[in-house]
Amino acid sequence: MNCNVCGKTEASIHLTEIVNNNMAEVHLCERCAQEKGSELGHQFSFSDLLAGLADFSPLMLSQAEAGQKCSSCGKSVADLGKSGRLGCPDCYKDLQKALLPLIKRVQRATQHVGKKPAAMAPKMKRQFALRDLQDKLRKYIQDEKYEEAAAVRDEIKKLEMGKLRAQDKKPESGGSEKSSKERTKDGIE
Amino acid sequence: MELNDLMNAPGEWLKGIGPEHDIVISTRIRLARNFSGFHFSNLLEDDEMRKSLINMVSEAVDKTPMMKERIFLDNLKLSPLDNEFLVERHLISRDHAREKRQRAVCFTPSEAVSLMILEEDHLRIQMLQSGFNLVEAWRIIDLLDSELEKNLPFAFHPQFGYVTACPTNVGTGIRVSSMLHLPALVMVKQLNKVLQALQKLNLAARGMYGEGTQAMGNFFQISNQITLGQDEADIIDGLERVIKQIIEHEREARRALVQKKRLRLEDQIWRAIGILKGARIISSGETMSLLSMARLGMDLEMIRGINTPKLNELFLLVQPAHLQKTSGRSLITRDRDVRRAELVRDRLKSVELV
Repeated sequence: MNCNVCGKTEASIHLTEIVNNNMAEVHLCERCAQEKGSELGHQFSFSDLLAGLADFSPLMLSQAEAGQKCSSCGKSVADLGKSGRLGCPDCYKDLQKALLPLIKRVQRATQHVGKKPAAMAPKMKRQFALRDLQDKLRKYIQDEKYEEAAAVRDEIKKLEMGKLRAQDKKPESGGSEKSSKERTKDGIE
Repeated sequence: MELNDLMNAPGEWLKGIGPEHDIVISTRIRLARNFSGFHFSNLLEDDEMRKSLINMVSEAVDKTPMMKERIFLDNLKLSPLDNEFLVERHLISRDHAREKRQRAVCFTPSEAVSLMILEEDHLRIQMLQSGFNLVEAWRIIDLLDSELEKNLPFAFHPQFGYVTACPTNVGTGIRVSSMLHLPALVMVKQLNKVLQALQKLNLAARGMYGEGTQAMGNFFQISNQITLGQDEADIIDGLERVIKQIIEHEREARRALVQKKRLRLEDQIWRAIGILKGARIISSGETMSLLSMARLGMDLEMIRGINTPKLNELFLLVQPAHLQKTSGRSLITRDRDVRRAELVRDRLKSVELV
């Protein structure tokens, strides 16, 4: 039986955890066991290990990605591998790229589609609304409900137009080159 | 209202009402929330910061009509026994009780809602109800979450959703679970199949007090594992469907046992009652197993003289911290085991074999 971690060497160490009549088995070769050995002693439970959370090795990400530190708390994804916990809310922003594959392995998805705080910035609200509408559009087209799809497509257009108009209304300080160009365009039209 | 007042009023979730209450003891929904501007709990070492976070939550609770009646406790000011007492009541987790730094808990007198402050996440909102009504529980906790949000800076990321200390909770931050009593499935040795199927569906089964605890008394907590990529209603719906199937399997297993192994079943149940009514010294582990049989006996009408709320309450009262609080003092194991036997003999006085 091959090692669960590297998949190459024959496994010589077999770990079994029985929790609530539920048996979880992990088979490791000596080298991987040694590497994981320090982690097994930590906060991790086997469910974390199997969920892929503990199964994080610097080999999976580039050195730069693994070592990158959060600007607020100084923690890196490598630290996450050791403790199973992130340092602060900003970690999700600063370490976003490196976290993506990890979160994908644990959650099998990478995009939140659920409740959002009511006090969300209008830009974020629009982003979410846009994404929801795009999902709807895809579904309607798949189901060949073309009339409904057309209606949704119009909604999307409206939303995107709304985004441009909002940029126009931005005060001087926020005005980027792009929006001033658009302002001129609208003016001509 | 004080901690000790809780002794006289068994929690809401013990009442043994609600749909499917013979098999589903209780249903719990928990939301994990964190605040921007603070490190996650584990990294938040500064006592002043911790206190300031707790105050922030306390003020928000003051402004929340749904939490008008509540008890706010500083865990540091409670004895280890009192902390264990709260764990047994499912008001805080084991981790929260064992943490050494500043933290707090706030719950309603009915014990249906509990807020843990500075557990693994800054705020864990919990709703605990008797029986199996996931949709209703979600409706209430959703409302509470929105009300609290008006006065708290919930940290939220556009892609990853509500941020949490552990990525296994990120997104919705929701953990939905129901505690099921599955003695028949255990007896017909079908339980492992159920557990394996659950794993494939990204659902987890745990013991009575959650993560890292053993399955005592044939109680199993079934919960979701995935929190990102699905909305709350879908997660709840998915769990509800699976639990309904498990309930059906348990009922089938009970029917099969009654039809084909009635004598054997009655024997096991009646012996359990015999020991419970006659023991002089009894451990909590043994009590849980025997009370599980008693509960089954009650459900199948093979015994009479006790009802669901009374039996649910007994499950709680035989736990170590509860036992010591009712005795009014700390007890060593041997004394606890004697007290427990006394309590059980007394509470089951009117139980008769049918």
